[in-house]
Amino acid sequence: MTCLPQKTDRKLGLVIDLDTCVGCQACVTNCKEWNTGGHMAPLTDVQPFGPGADGVWFNRVHTYEVATPDGDSRTLHFPRSCLHCEDAACVTVCPTGASYKRAADGIVLVNEDKCIGCKLCSWACPYGAREYDATEGVMKKCTLCVDRIYNENLDEEDRVPACVLTCPTGARHFGDLGDPDSAVSQLAVQRGGKDLLPEMGYRPTNKYLPQRAKADHQTGAGPLAPLDETAGATGVLAWVDRMLTRAG
Amino acid sequence: MHPAASVILFTTASGAGYGVLVLSPILLAFGILPADRWLGVALLAPALCLVTAGLLASTFHLGHPERAWRALSQWRSSWLSREGIMAIVTYGPAAAFGYAWIGLETASGGWAWTGIATATAAAATLFTTAMIYRSLKPIPAWATDWTIAGYLILGLLTGLIVITTVSSSFGFHPVRFQWLALALVVCAAIVKNAYWSRLAGTCRETEAMSGAAVGSDDGAITSIEWPHTEENYVLKEMGFRVARKHADRLRRATRNLLFVAPAIVFVVMPSLLPMPYLAWIAWPGAALVLVGVVLERWLFFAEARHVVTLYYGAS
Amino acid sequence: MSFPAPAENDGVDTSPAVADDVKTTTCYMCACRCGIRVFLKNGQVRYIQGNRNHPVNKGVLCGKGAAGIMNHLSPARLRKPLKRVGPRGAGEYEEIEWDEALRTAADWLSNIRATDPKKLAFFTGRDQSQSLTGWWAKQFGTPNYAAHGGFCSVNMAAGGLYSIGGSFWEFGEPDWEHARVFLMFGVAEDHDSNPIKIGLGKLKERGAKIISINPARTGYAAIADEWLGIRPGTDGLFVLALVHELLLAGKIDLDYLVRFTNASWLVRHAPGTADDGMFVRDDTGRPMVWDASRDSPTPYRDADQPDLANEHQIEGATAVPVFKLIAERYSDSAYSPDSVADRCGISAATIRRIAAEIADAAFNHAVSLPVSWTDTHGRQLETMTGRPVAMHAMRGISAHSNGFQSCRALHLLQMLIGAVDTPGSFRYKPPYPKPVPPGPTPSGKRTQPNTPLGGMPLGFPESPADLLYEDDGTPVRIDKAFTWESPMSAHGAMHRVIANASAGYPYPIDTLFLYMANMAWNSSMDIQGTLDALTAIDPESGDYKIPHIIYSDAYASETIAYADLILPDTTYLERWDCISLLDRPIGEANGAGDAIRQPVVEPDRDVRPFQSVLLDLGARLGLPGMVNDDGSPTYPGGYADYIVYHQRTPGVGPLAGWRGADGARSGKGDVNPEQLDRYIENGCFWHEEIPASARYYKMANRDYLDWAVSMGFLAKAEQIVLQLYSEPVQSFRNAARGHGSHQPPDNLRDQVQRAFDPLPNWYPPFEDSKTDTLRYPLHALTQRPMHHYHSWGSQNAWLRQITAQNRLFMHRDTATQLEVSDDDWVWVESRHGRVKGQVRLVDGVNKDTVWTWNAIGKRAGAWGLDGEVPEVTKGFLLNHVIPEKRSDGALSNSDPVTGQAAWFDLRVRVVKAQASEAHEAAPQLEAISPPPGQPPRPPRLDYGRAFRAKIGAE
Ligand SMILES: Nc1nc2c(c(=O)[nH]1)N[C@H]1C(S)=C(S)[C@@H](COP(=O)(O)OP(=O)(O)OC[C@H]3O[C@@H](n4cnc5c(=O)[nH]c(N)nc54)[C@H](O)[C@@H]3O)O[C@H]1N2
Ligand SMILES: Nc1nc2c(c(=O)[nH]1)N[C@H]1C(S)=C(S)[C@@H](COP(=O)(O)OP(=O)(O)OC[C@H]3O[C@@H](n4cnc5c(=O)[nH]c(N)nc54)[C@H](O)[C@@H]3O)O[C@H]1N2
Ligand code: SF4
Ligand code: SF4
Ligand code: SF4
Ligand code: SF4
Ligand code: SF4
Ligand SMILES: [Mo]
Repeated sequence: MTCLPQKTDRKLGLVIDLDTCVGCQACVTNCKEWNTGGHMAPLTDVQPFGPGADGVWFNRVHTYEVATPDGDSRTLHFPRSCLHCEDAACVTVCPTGASYKRAADGIVLVNEDKCIGCKLCSWACPYGAREYDATEGVMKKCTLCVDRIYNENLDEEDRVPACVLTCPTGARHFGDLGDPDSAVSQLAVQRGGKDLLPEMGYRPTNKYLPQRAKADHQTGAGPLAPLDETAGATGVLAWVDRMLTRAG
Repeated sequence: MHPAASVILFTTASGAGYGVLVLSPILLAFGILPADRWLGVALLAPALCLVTAGLLASTFHLGHPERAWRALSQWRSSWLSREGIMAIVTYGPAAAFGYAWIGLETASGGWAWTGIATATAAAATLFTTAMIYRSLKPIPAWATDWTIAGYLILGLLTGLIVITTVSSSFGFHPVRFQWLALALVVCAAIVKNAYWSRLAGTCRETEAMSGAAVGSDDGAITSIEWPHTEENYVLKEMGFRVARKHADRLRRATRNLLFVAPAIVFVVMPSLLPMPYLAWIAWPGAALVLVGVVLERWLFFAEARHVVTLYYGAS
Repeated sequence: MSFPAPAENDGVDTSPAVADDVKTTTCYMCACRCGIRVFLKNGQVRYIQGNRNHPVNKGVLCGKGAAGIMNHLSPARLRKPLKRVGPRGAGEYEEIEWDEALRTAADWLSNIRATDPKKLAFFTGRDQSQSLTGWWAKQFGTPNYAAHGGFCSVNMAAGGLYSIGGSFWEFGEPDWEHARVFLMFGVAEDHDSNPIKIGLGKLKERGAKIISINPARTGYAAIADEWLGIRPGTDGLFVLALVHELLLAGKIDLDYLVRFTNASWLVRHAPGTADDGMFVRDDTGRPMVWDASRDSPTPYRDADQPDLANEHQIEGATAVPVFKLIAERYSDSAYSPDSVADRCGISAATIRRIAAEIADAAFNHAVSLPVSWTDTHGRQLETMTGRPVAMHAMRGISAHSNGFQSCRALHLLQMLIGAVDTPGSFRYKPPYPKPVPPGPTPSGKRTQPNTPLGGMPLGFPESPADLLYEDDGTPVRIDKAFTWESPMSAHGAMHRVIANASAGYPYPIDTLFLYMANMAWNSSMDIQGTLDALTAIDPESGDYKIPHIIYSDAYASETIAYADLILPDTTYLERWDCISLLDRPIGEANGAGDAIRQPVVEPDRDVRPFQSVLLDLGARLGLPGMVNDDGSPTYPGGYADYIVYHQRTPGVGPLAGWRGADGARSGKGDVNPEQLDRYIENGCFWHEEIPASARYYKMANRDYLDWAVSMGFLAKAEQIVLQLYSEPVQSFRNAARGHGSHQPPDNLRDQVQRAFDPLPNWYPPFEDSKTDTLRYPLHALTQRPMHHYHSWGSQNAWLRQITAQNRLFMHRDTATQLEVSDDDWVWVESRHGRVKGQVRLVDGVNKDTVWTWNAIGKRAGAWGLDGEVPEVTKGFLLNHVIPEKRSDGALSNSDPVTGQAAWFDLRVRVVKAQASEAHEAAPQLEAISPPPGQPPRPPRLDYGRAFRAKIGAE
């Protein structure tokens, strides 16, 4: 049923810290290895060892240079995956009901048995989060690791998305963004978490924490004052003498 | 957007077909077309072939055509679903209308209703098709009512060309459609020009969103490295870009084929040429217009920029 | 916290069974040694996850580790031993049985050993079994052994070990919990891939300031609070300018200098004499200081109030405290920010500000931990106080011909502000610190047939007497390590072996035995020269100049085409391995550790783990320690047996955990037959925490030193005095000045005098003087991509989708001057040659520098790839244009102290390619034919389908 739920009990999603992401691609390959054997298995790779290799991935990391107001620029690593939007047109456009948003947790999924592979949902996604598996003839996308986060066969602390579990810098956070008191909601508030392309009006669940103003400790420091008028080594050595004899 | 042949074929063919289905009942009702059996066959048969061919074409690009029936289920939310339903629904009145025209050679009295129903259903189908594109926010070029207007008017225009051409070969003088042709050509020209003049603006607006794409207030971003060094699905499907110069050339061609050609062949000529010459030039004239509408549809996709391309930068 | 599964009733199985079995082992998609949990389903690898309890990665995996499945299943895996049948380089082979392979190798080697063991050159690359391979070489009796350290980062190791008894690299780490300012010099990834990422995450959480000094702004530098795009090769200048500023401002930790360094040691000032610049010692050899309270020379250990500032006359000779020399040297205006700014490409104002920030953090924000401890003088201290300024450096510093001294300059800076192994600063990982230098000295002077070497082939020379020359003056080693060309080449000089062996200099060899090193491609300079050397034919004999080449690889790399005999190895999931404290352990600053690899899946090919093969060969050759008296092999069970039963010295074996018959001892203890089981129970690693009172000031912390002795890391619990001033270095300089019986050849005198400065100095990278820098104005570098490991990644179906082509990154402004625009094809030309690639313009790079990702470019035919892949047609390998000497007269492209390969000295110019050339990378070497029996390339991969099907069925 591709009408969106009025409201969802939870809004599970990710908070991604762009100030900490080093672009290591760990979340990318970990997502691939989990999901290629998971709920949407397989994530087919075409011509894997030839030219034009092209596979299905649910998470992709870009590198940008972003102009800063001071006329300078910063390098930005940007992981891109499904944002599990509240107004997910990728769901409403679907003619078959294959694309749907779960009422319980807000996860947007594709039911492969219903999907006819018309690709319209991927057109409706501003974020390029849906990737068509031509071999299987169906659309695939991030499942928010729905087969991990509730999985009783995994240790409690492992019941998080693969990309979150693996992120070496701890730039990825998972939780209920519907609950204002949840750690992720709090983090998003403190760090001014952003919606991507708000103009599109999809109301993404995932939030992105912008790069921080550069930590600047010089203020504390101030310029170094030379020891005394006696310049150079002589001055230094005289000072050392003073210090040590005082100590002794 | 990648201009997929199947989709272009589908929308143009069924467009013309539904155009015929919208116009012929009306023209019949006003007596501009006679309820002549063989003319009915000559018009309704191709119309239904066109829409059916279109429908089939639209399933070619599906990953699972055998499941196409499922596409009828989501009429509550999905314009694609609604289109499918309308397309099928239209066969009903069309059949009844066809029976009246061809079987009974009448379109008056109670039978008039079948015509009205056919025209309405066909128009609605054209509308639902248009809405599929109209409703896609990530493709700002399409997210405008001009898209709807475009699909409707071009459906009617191509439909009328078919009617005119076919009926002329039955010896019906095209001059009787002259004013309608004039009206449709003028409207079509206005609509497409409006659509095109808005297009440039949408591209600029999209470009301006590049910062927002990564949640940065600091404005412009430059793509340094893609997540993959070769093209993936997203780029193949939505990364298509047509060179400005190339596009302009094609637009000129489209204008000539889609507006100028019919204006000459179906508006001006009928007052100058006698039959049967008109019938002879109608066919090539129609061909030009159909090529024109295919070009227009190719541009409709090729010139439409999907916002996802922001993530891949200029390159 | 996790969420209860809701009842959505959408038919999604939210609790699929993931595995029938989960086995732990150690990742080997790179050398970082993270602990992994391998989920197995129907005997196949379903998923690889980080081991949360593991000290290295604490549960996380990097991009490579998570793609391990695809290396394990690579179609490029070798399948059976191979014998060359065509000419070298053509890649024509015949599959042979293991028995024939081992017999062939044994024949070649036994002849060598019976006549002249030196004629075997055994060199290894990315492996982690150097304690085995080194020992094997020793038992064989050849000095010609080394691992990749010589071309990797020996400058980092030696610079540290000759200064602070520890090092950056993976032998120490920043105090991630307490650092306030963190300076990162020339690091893209390092061996501590995950620990550094985890650490940076911690710094970010605490809002510590991260400063990246790097010509390129990528990866770590991208998230740094400040990026200093320094000019390559000038870090020494930059750092010494910081020293200059701090000295003149008195922002140095005198107490630390007195207690923990040789700042007070007296240096004899007697120009023109043999012991000029050597320490003043008493007759028992103890270094002396001037004790102000006694007003007399006193052994350092006994002095109450050492004088740092004044020179003194001792027995008629002038003696100067080390610190005085330092103050005089670096307060000179030659080291002022203004005089270095232009050369470094960093403004004087910035240098001053950074110095001020370092001083502020170190002295206004000292960290004090409420932990009492006792130092080696028996002083009880209630707190551990430290300087929260941490530093880390890697190959950006070391891969230059001035890297040894630049590295020492960094350590000098750390010592001056009291930032070595104190809270908030750089910290040693046990088994470090070691005595300075750590010893032993290299062995191999006298080699005899069928006789082991007296000691290990590699070591740490302390004076010219330790250099390895025959009595007739010919170098002992084929790579000329421990000669005047590179006296302190503690890791050997692998990058010189092929050229020397082929040139027959210093002498011809019979067999080149390589393991896990792609020497015919990305780990050599001047590729064509290397290939020519490998295929060169001796006009007399008509045979190859290097008669035999044996190589063990696991995959169809570029190098196998050049081997005569190929010993196919397993993948890392198919074998036993041992990450030993005797080699490159997995310790972290709070504890010591080591680890094992266990086979988690059986090989589906006729391959054998190289270490077991090596032990088998050893047994066939009858090498002592590998055969019993009755001639039977000592380790019939292969490497697994060796790991458990081998003892290097009584009680000390490859693994430190669960020793002793009862498995109750750590560090030292008898053999424990169940040791491997204990490791497996514990997740395939052993980790022992250092007592709380022993975690800082390890070089002079009694509790630590006692613990280290009990573990067998140190011989005695004596203070390790950090060396600001290096006496061993000075001894080489004195020789170069004509003193002593061991003299450098005249062509090297100046170089040795200049490079062997007992105090850190800076000189321009050698390549600058060999190159016309006006013609070749740009510096060219490579960087490690975080998701590729050298050449291994391209065979990985997933990793190659992320990066299959490397661009040449260059600054927009520089490009504008050269009329180059984005995506253009350009020639990168050095004095040696040229390569062609495609540019990508950026802002985040030093304007005089271009760089590219390392080892993405591949040779057609290798790695199980189709010949037309982007790695071949568009990717390029910078190594083609890196010059390396091929004739003996010339000097090697290396550091003159350690022989470290100077990869990053390269100077180039960039020229836009003609339109006609602008589509393909160059050079395009002739395709090598893949080995026989390689499976066809699958047109499609749907790995994982089976798991899901199964799950559904259950
Ligand atoms: N331009 C440039 N060149 C460089 C560098 C640089 O920074 N710039 N870096 C240098 C440095 S520091 C290093 S360490 C070298 C690294 O370069 P190499 O030491 O050549 O390392 P790799 O190419 O990663 O791998 C060597 C071989 O190990 C094989 N191998 C992989 N796994 C196994 C296994 O399990 N068993 C066996 N037997 N073989 C295996 C691979 O197939 C490959 O052929 O490159 C050096 N070259
Ligand atoms: N993912 C991944 N990890 C690896 C490896 C791999 O291949 N892939 N290889 C492993 C091996 S063998 C090694 S040796 C380590 C190497 O670890 P790193 O030293 O981090 O490796 P490089 O990529 O050589 O990084 C060199 C860095 O120094 C910078 N640089 C170059 N010249 C200068 C200079 O003069 N000054 C300064 N300040 N910076 C400079 C370069 O821009 C680059 O960022 O990585 C290990 N870890
Ligand atoms: S794993 Fe973490 S740090 Fe690495 S790319 Fe993904 S988000 Fe960034
Ligand atoms: S990100 Fe795209 S796919 Fe995911 S919910 Fe939003 S619109 Fe749908
Ligand atoms: S591709 Fe599948 S999921 Fe997407 S809209 Fe079509 S039917 Fe729905
Ligand atoms: S949540 Fe799971 S599926 Fe989605 S990106 Fe992360 S790992 Fe991939
Ligand atoms: S850093 Fe990555 S590849 Fe290296 S050992 Fe750890 S997980 Fe494996
Ligand atoms: Mo290395």
